[in-house]
Amino acid sequence: MTRRPGFLVYGLLVAFLLGSAFPLYWSFVIGSVTRQRAIQAPPPLIPGGHFFDNAARVLDRIDFWSALLNSIIVSGISAVSVVLFSTLAGYSFAKLRFRGSQVGMIFVVATMAVPTQLALVPMLKQFSNLGLTGTLPAVILPWMVTAFGVFFMRQYLVDAIPDELIDAARVDGASMIRTFWTVAIPAARPAMAILALFTFMQVWTDFMWPLIVLQGSDVQTLQTALDALKVAPGQGHADMALVQAGTILATVPLLLLFIATGRHLVSGIMQGAVKG
Amino acid sequence: MPTTTSAPVENATTATSAGASPRRQTWRDRLSRWDLKLSPYLYIAPFFLVFAIIGLYPMLYTGYLSFFSWPAYGSEVGPWVGWDNYAHVLGDSVFRKAFWNTMGIFLLSSVPQIIVATILAALLDTRLRGRTLWRMSILLPFVVAPAASAMIFGAIFADGTGLINQTLDGFGLSKVPWHADRFASWTAIATMVNWRWTGYNALIILAAMQAIPRDLYEAADIDGASKVKQFFHVTLPSIRPTMIFVIVTSTIGGLQIFTEPRIFDTNLRFQGGSDFQYTTLTMYVFNTAQTTTNPYPRAAAAAWVLFLIIVGIALINFLVTRAVQRRSLR
Repeated sequence: MTRRPGFLVYGLLVAFLLGSAFPLYWSFVIGSVTRQRAIQAPPPLIPGGHFFDNAARVLDRIDFWSALLNSIIVSGISAVSVVLFSTLAGYSFAKLRFRGSQVGMIFVVATMAVPTQLALVPMLKQFSNLGLTGTLPAVILPWMVTAFGVFFMRQYLVDAIPDELIDAARVDGASMIRTFWTVAIPAARPAMAILALFTFMQVWTDFMWPLIVLQGSDVQTLQTALDALKVAPGQGHADMALVQAGTILATVPLLLLFIATGRHLVSGIMQGAVKG
Repeated sequence: MPTTTSAPVENATTATSAGASPRRQTWRDRLSRWDLKLSPYLYIAPFFLVFAIIGLYPMLYTGYLSFFSWPAYGSEVGPWVGWDNYAHVLGDSVFRKAFWNTMGIFLLSSVPQIIVATILAALLDTRLRGRTLWRMSILLPFVVAPAASAMIFGAIFADGTGLINQTLDGFGLSKVPWHADRFASWTAIATMVNWRWTGYNALIILAAMQAIPRDLYEAADIDGASKVKQFFHVTLPSIRPTMIFVIVTSTIGGLQIFTEPRIFDTNLRFQGGSDFQYTTLTMYVFNTAQTTTNPYPRAAAAAWVLFLIIVGIALINFLVTRAVQRRSLR
């Protein structure tokens, strides 16, 4: 067996961690000092006691709570939808024999490489024709099911479900959907949790699509509301304390989610990669 | 071991249960056969349906649009103009700038990132105490949304009152014009990308490293190969497919960069700098769609050009990575 790592390995890791945690820490520092102090030299490095004043100013300036609620709704519905449809499709590709399944899977993988920009203009037109711009369904629809989700579930289910189980259920006379329900879903559970988590984060952090489709409406997600904070009329970048307090407020929900589920996130990333 | 001859499996009685008429039986058989045949298609249908609505149709329509004119306030698509929109885009100096900016930001954000991620993965691929905690902590920046990270780094790289320039000023050094200077602005934007994605990619690479059989290392140890030598001769060749995967995915992502430069821009016109010094291809598509002359067709043409660039570069990347790795194996 190899020896335990020495001081050098730990030292390098700690240095990297401090470096990557610092921007977040400093954002909190700026968000917790007064507006004047935020731009004075030397730059503050220790948190002040004004975070709640700044947070109150954020809530004053933008409709933070409704943006938060919108983000939760959009990310939550997308996560449920992606998990449901991806598990169905992934199971079908992994375990069921049907004509065209190989071609279909290649097609799914190929769509992962298509940049969203290609669809932007017509999608925006479609949605405005349907009168959906400025509504949450417009934000959710593109996230109903993702190629990545289908691919991820297929990779997982290929090994997770023994064929004998499916055959046994079939011999017992279970219909296809019943087999899916009693055999596939229990086996897929761990992967479903990871995919839900991933999708939730992906949709939560998405910026371009909500920016386009919600432009000029008072329905905003957390990310687009944050953008509005930056361009407060006549402010430019002057009110750094306000902007950073808003940034921290917008990051806290995901931080909490990360503290609760980070372990699964790590294993999800590592699983998705090994077979990729 | 005594060999037990397994009792003959009781034949699943094929006799129809009394009472069920043979005719109903066949009807049920037929249903079950349909169920068997159609279900697989039914289960994959939602994906293809959604993709048709939000992917395929818009893509084709974008292609169609790019050959027509369409004035900003026209309700109908105008006349066919052939390759004019493409000629306009390719001849547009802003588009060319956007192309080089995207390349510059992409290189500054992917090359250092993949090198650091690989080193990080190698550090994590040791018998650390508290492994899960280390792995979680390098993922911390990943939970900060790109928009939020652009806000944070916007403050760090602010020209007058940013952390870096204030610090430089404190030491009596001259401030860096983070927004005005082309290369400096690329660096600032690339830093945001690197910050968010390095840990994530390190975990992907780590997963591949964990799958390398440990006896390869033991053999190398016996041969007296140093840790560094082992890394280049055992580790790197073994994780080739994953490296290709990481490089290609970060290429596809890197060439589409939008959020970071857009939020980095403090000007309300969001054109990517006073002289377009950090506008990217996606920003170009986005902004073109809001211009006055032929906004949609030109944006559509630009989007198709961007798509071809991405496919081309991802392909080159794939082939080069494969060739380089092949050579290092010999």
